Amino acid sequence: MRIFDSFTGTNRDQAATVIQRHGAFTRLWHWVNAACLLVLLMSGLQIFNAHPALYWGKDSSFANPALSIRAATGDDGEWRGITQVGPYRFDTTGVLGVSGPDEARERRAFPAWATLPGPRWLSAGRGWHFLAAWVFVPMLLAYLAYLVLSGQLRRRLLPRRQEWRTLGQSFYDHLRLRFPRGEQARHYNLLQKLAYLLVLFVVMPLVVLTGLTMSPTMDAAWPWLLDLFGGRQSARTIHFLCALALVIFFLIHIVLVLVSGVANNLRSMITGRYRLPPGLPASEEVLSDEQQK
Amino acid sequence: MNSKNRPTDPRRRRFLTRSLLAASAVLLTGCDRLSRSDTMGRLFDASSALTQKAQRLLASRESLAREYSPEDIAPTFRANGTTDPQDATYRRLAADGFRDWRLTVDGLVERPQRFSLDELRSMPSRTQITRHDCVEGWSCIGQWTGVVLGDLLAQVGVRDEARFVVFHCADRYRGGDAYYESLDMIEAYHPQTLMAYGLNGGNLPVANGAPIRLRAERQLGYKMAKYVMRIELVESFAHLGRGRGGYWEDRGYEWWAGI
Repeated sequence: MRIFDSFTGTNRDQAATVIQRHGAFTRLWHWVNAACLLVLLMSGLQIFNAHPALYWGKDSSFANPALSIRAATGDDGEWRGITQVGPYRFDTTGVLGVSGPDEARERRAFPAWATLPGPRWLSAGRGWHFLAAWVFVPMLLAYLAYLVLSGQLRRRLLPRRQEWRTLGQSFYDHLRLRFPRGEQARHYNLLQKLAYLLVLFVVMPLVVLTGLTMSPTMDAAWPWLLDLFGGRQSARTIHFLCALALVIFFLIHIVLVLVSGVANNLRSMITGRYRLPPGLPASEEVLSDEQQK
Repeated sequence: MNSKNRPTDPRRRRFLTRSLLAASAVLLTGCDRLSRSDTMGRLFDASSALTQKAQRLLASRESLAREYSPEDIAPTFRANGTTDPQDATYRRLAADGFRDWRLTVDGLVERPQRFSLDELRSMPSRTQITRHDCVEGWSCIGQWTGVVLGDLLAQVGVRDEARFVVFHCADRYRGGDAYYESLDMIEAYHPQTLMAYGLNGGNLPVANGAPIRLRAERQLGYKMAKYVMRIELVESFAHLGRGRGGYWEDRGYEWWAGI
């Protein structure tokens, strides 16, 4: 009798193989980073609410923003939340533009539950944002340096040449929520590697650099930032899109952590110990192993 | 029994969801209270001081803000904060085209002086097309003409003890305290720091700070005091307003407005 426990991701009657999956620094970075990103996101939305529109270019073309969130009076005389992306208008009452309980409707871009602090308070939002950035940026630089110098980048994250053939299969497996088991679970699969590489080496550096481009002193120190992103307002828009990308990454990350053995995954990010999900019956295992090679 | 997905106990799940919701509610109200606490205030100030040090390290004294071409000038330069000061003296001066207006420069200087608008206009000027970045997030490009603040300071002779330049203004934002701002000597002597009397080729409009306003191009908009009446050189700004060096600084914004 084999019972697979989706909560721990283990076979309860099988002596499972336990591996040390994450080193101490990776685990520390992960949790500090998670806290930083939460503060950065929520305080960032507070800052966004001070001028809830995005533009493309050097300055703000107030008449035609790329995105805007505002409140307008509806036909019934009630406030409606309007979110406009390019020429497309959406009624987002309740979440964007107009939100809060009926007796205390507020006209604000992002709702109180999504911003730090909750009430409209730009200076405190900036305080939290830059404080968290001072933890996030040095930790990110240290972690990227650690990945490169320790060889973890090459060993764990860079896809091997023959691995690219598994792209379609890996994608299909993810859609069916089927994850590598047994020995294959020792390593990240291709989509995992690509997602982590993208977030660590593209989105996170980009969110930092576009953030710096919004600083007038940084633009004087490093004028190439303005050329790189096509102006301060473009940089602000890219900063927002990077934050959105990180939110999407976070949501997928959480779903996958939940469905692939939440306790096992959590433990591996706390103590480092990870129990390999039990392999498939021998015959299947050989077959799938061959597919891998 | 070969269930791949052992159903989790619904009671346990409900408990977990409720705990999470309760925890996040506590966290959120906690964060608002925390934001108001002295500890966080000190941490925010410390992080801002760190930002200032880092940015001063990366940007040299002379590194310039980007200057743009005439095509980049915004059709109308957005006016923010006070756009029509109600102060009686100011209104009288404005009604007369600021003919009787004088800019007082005093404090820790060798030769305190009062300058008329014509005197300022007859001094060597600088014209620059720069981007104005508001703390709210928007930017606007305009062409500014004015006296380089460093030249003005050279005329009055700054004493060695002076560490900050304070700008006293005619406007009271929303009828409250008088607007004021301060720069340290590095930003004050920056070649693009102007006392501007012209915008986009014309006289500086009242909405944008007539007759003169400060341009500190490596700082955010709230630093760039409008309706400047007096420039005072000080060793410390602790005795002014609530002691944090500016109108918005007294209301929680950071003194370092480089980011």
